[in-house]
Amino acid sequence: MSQGNSQSSNVKTTGHVWDGDLQELNNPLPAWWLWAFYVTIIFSVVYWVAYPAWPLGKGFTTGIATITYKNDKGVEKTTHWSTRALLMKDLQDAREKQKPYFDKVAATPYEEIAKNPELSNFVASAGKVLFSDNCAACHQSGGQGKMAFAPNLTDDDWIYGGTHDKIQASITNGRHGIMPAKGGADLNESEIESLANYVLSLSGETMDAAKVKAGDELFHGKGSCVACHGADAKGNKDIGSANLTDKIWLWADVPGAGSADKKVAAVKEVISSGLNKGVMPAQNGRLSADQIKLLTVYVHDVLGGGR
Amino acid sequence: MKNLQAGENSEELFQKRIPIYPRSVKGTFRTFKTSVLVLAYAVYFLLPWLPWARHDAPAQAVLFDMVGRRFFIFDLVFYPQDLISLSLLMFIAAALLFFTTGLVGRAFCGYFCFQTLWTDAFIFIEKWVQGERPARIRLHKQPWNAEKVAKYGATHGLWLLLAFITAYSFIMYFGYAPELTQRFFTVDLPFVAYFTVLILTVTTYVAAALAREQVCIYMCPYARFQGVMYEPETLAPYYDLQRGEGTAGRAVPRAGSKTREERHAKGIGDCIDCGFCVQVCPAGIDIRKGLQYQCISCGLCVDACNNIMDSVGYPKGLIRYDSEINIESKNPGKPHLDWLRLRTLGYGVAILVMVGLLVYNITSRSEIELSIQPVRQPLFVVLSNGDIRNRYQIHITNKSQDVQEYRISVHGIPEGAVDLGEMSKVSVRQGKSLMVLANVKLPPAMVSKVSEIEFVITPLKNPDQAVIKKVRFYAKHEG
Repeated sequence: MSQGNSQSSNVKTTGHVWDGDLQELNNPLPAWWLWAFYVTIIFSVVYWVAYPAWPLGKGFTTGIATITYKNDKGVEKTTHWSTRALLMKDLQDAREKQKPYFDKVAATPYEEIAKNPELSNFVASAGKVLFSDNCAACHQSGGQGKMAFAPNLTDDDWIYGGTHDKIQASITNGRHGIMPAKGGADLNESEIESLANYVLSLSGETMDAAKVKAGDELFHGKGSCVACHGADAKGNKDIGSANLTDKIWLWADVPGAGSADKKVAAVKEVISSGLNKGVMPAQNGRLSADQIKLLTVYVHDVLGGGR
Repeated sequence: MKNLQAGENSEELFQKRIPIYPRSVKGTFRTFKTSVLVLAYAVYFLLPWLPWARHDAPAQAVLFDMVGRRFFIFDLVFYPQDLISLSLLMFIAAALLFFTTGLVGRAFCGYFCFQTLWTDAFIFIEKWVQGERPARIRLHKQPWNAEKVAKYGATHGLWLLLAFITAYSFIMYFGYAPELTQRFFTVDLPFVAYFTVLILTVTTYVAAALAREQVCIYMCPYARFQGVMYEPETLAPYYDLQRGEGTAGRAVPRAGSKTREERHAKGIGDCIDCGFCVQVCPAGIDIRKGLQYQCISCGLCVDACNNIMDSVGYPKGLIRYDSEINIESKNPGKPHLDWLRLRTLGYGVAILVMVGLLVYNITSRSEIELSIQPVRQPLFVVLSNGDIRNRYQIHITNKSQDVQEYRISVHGIPEGAVDLGEMSKVSVRQGKSLMVLANVKLPPAMVSKVSEIEFVITPLKNPDQAVIKKVRFYAKHEG
C-alpha cells in the first residue's frame, strides 16, 4: 500500500529488520498513559500491604489495616480489615446513633411519648423498621393482618386487649388461640347451624329468626359458649375469647363470603372444629426490652389500634 | 537481524504544546476584561465574609448549609423542596449563554468564564515576576541558573498561593467563615474539607497555570457547541482582510511603502505585519487567518491592532468586532448589534419568561411545605361498629425563619371524626419537618357522601397563610 509506506516513513521503527526490508513500527504510548500505569502499580503494592490480598494455602495475607468494633453483645473485637468487619462497625455506629432515642423511649411513660412530637416521629420511623423485620411476616407490612391467620392490628378490636400494657404483654410472651371443638360429640349438625345463625345475628346480620332463637338457647345452655365468650357474647380479653358482637372477624371469613350460606358455612367450620392456632411466638429474648417497648408504642400509637 | 538507526525525519504522534507568552496590552477591551476580573474576584473572595443578620443561623449573607440542608442567599432561604428554582436558574443561565453567543459570539468565554479569569490572573502574576513577553521567552530558553530557579519558583509559588486562596474561599461558603477559618488552621475540620481544598488547589493550579488555553480547546464542551450558535450577523473579532491585505498582501513598512498613500498605490494593505495581534492572544492564534474555533472572543487582538494603527497613523478597526456579513461586503458599514433576528428574539423571550417564572416562584413561596399521604396498607379499616377509618401521614416542613405553631383541622366532616392523638397543635422548629398521624373515622352512612376531605394547616402566627389540602377518603377497593 503506497499510503502505508508514506506514513511509515515518518514513524520511528524499533530498529529490527527481517528479510532485508521488513521493519516494525514503534508507536510509543503517550507519557501520561505510561505514568498512569506506573501509578496503578504503586497503588497495588500499597494495597497489598494495607488490605487482605494474597491467598496462601488455607490462609491469606491479612494486611496491616485493622477494624475495631463492638458486636451486638458489647464485646470489643479487633480484626484485620474485611468488608464484614466494616459492616459490623457500621452497624455498631448506627446502634450508637440510635441509642439516645431508644433510651429516651425506654425512660418515657407511654402517654408522654404521644405528646412529644419528635419522639413520636422517631417511633414512627424506627418502629416501622422493627415491625417490618419482626412482625410483618404474619401481620403484614401495614399491620393489616391476614384473615384466618393473624389479627388486624389497625382496627379497634383487640382479642387480648389493646392497652399499652396488654400489647407489651402480647409481644413479650406471645399468644396462642384455643377454642374447643364443638362438633361431633357435643353438638349435632343442626345445632351448629343454629349457633352459627345466632352468632352472625349478633354482628347485625339478618338471619333466620327460628334458628337464631334456637342458637340463643344453645349459646347460653348446652353449647356452654358463655363460659368463654360471656353471657353478652362480648368475649373476655384476659383469656383472649373474641367479641362476637362486633363486625370484625378473624377466624371465619365473613366479610369475604359472597352469600349468606357461605357466611354460615364459615362460622360453622369454626364452631365444629374449634381452634388451636393463632400462635404468636414470644419475642422475649429475641428482641430487647427497649425494642419491645418501641414496638408497643408503634403498634398502639402509629398503627392506630388500641385507642 | 541488524539494527538501523531511527530515521532522522521521524515525527511525534501528537503535537506538543507550543508555550504561549501573551504580551500585555492596553485598550478598551483589556480594561473591560480587567474590570470583570476585579469585580468577579471581589465577589468570589469577599462574599462569604459579608455579614447578614439572622436570628436562627450564622450571620453570613451567602451560606450553603449542607448539614441543615438549606441555602441562605441574603434574605432567601432555599430548601431541597425548592429544586424548581434551581432548575429555572440553570435554564436562564443556559438561555443567557445562547443569547449572548448569538449576539456577540463567545463573550462568555472571553470575559466571564472562570477559566479565562483565573488564567488571566495567573498571566498577570507571571508577567509581574518574570517581566514582559521577550523577557519570559528569554528566561524559558536560558539554561537553569539561580535567576531562572528563583523566578520560576516565585511564579509557581504565587500561583499555588492564589490556587489555595481560591480553594479555601470555596469552602468558606459552606460554613460560618470566621469560625471555619479558625477551625481550618487549627486542623479541626473534617477530612473532607481539607480534601476539597487540596483537590481545588491542584485543579486550579493545573487548569490556570499549566493547561490554560488547552482547557478551552480540548476539554471545554461549551467551546465546541458555541460554534454552531454563530450566525452571519453575530459579532466576533474579525480581521478586515480586504483592508489589511489589499491586492498585494500585507507588508512591513519599508522605504517606499511607509505612508498609506504609497502602500495603496502599490496595492499593499494596511496590515504592517507587526504580529502584535498574535503576541497578545491568550489562545496563541493568528486572527488574520480568519475566525477559528480556538478564538475565545476576548478582543485583546482588537486592542493591540488599534494601538498599532494609532501609532502609525492609520484609522483604527483593522481588527474589530464585526459581523461576517458586514466584514465580507464590498463596502463594510459601521459594525452594529443586530438583535432583530428570530433566534436572538426567541432566546430573549425565553429568558424573560423564565425570569418572570423564577421571580414568581420565589415571591409566591409558602412558608409551609405540606404533604399529606394516605396510609395505603391497609387502604381503609372497618372498625367494630362498622365505621370506616382512613389514616393519613401529614408532613409539615417549616420553611420560615422561626419556630411556628400549627393547628391541624379538617373541613367538611364533623370535628370529632378526626383523631390526631395529642398533635392537633404542633410546633415545628425553623427548617425542620414533622410527621403527624391523622385517623379519620366516618360512619358508613357518611362514607357514601364523602369521597374527599380537606385538611387545613394553619400557622397560628399568620393565620392568613393557612394551607388547604384535599385528600381522598377510601371506603372500598377500586378496580
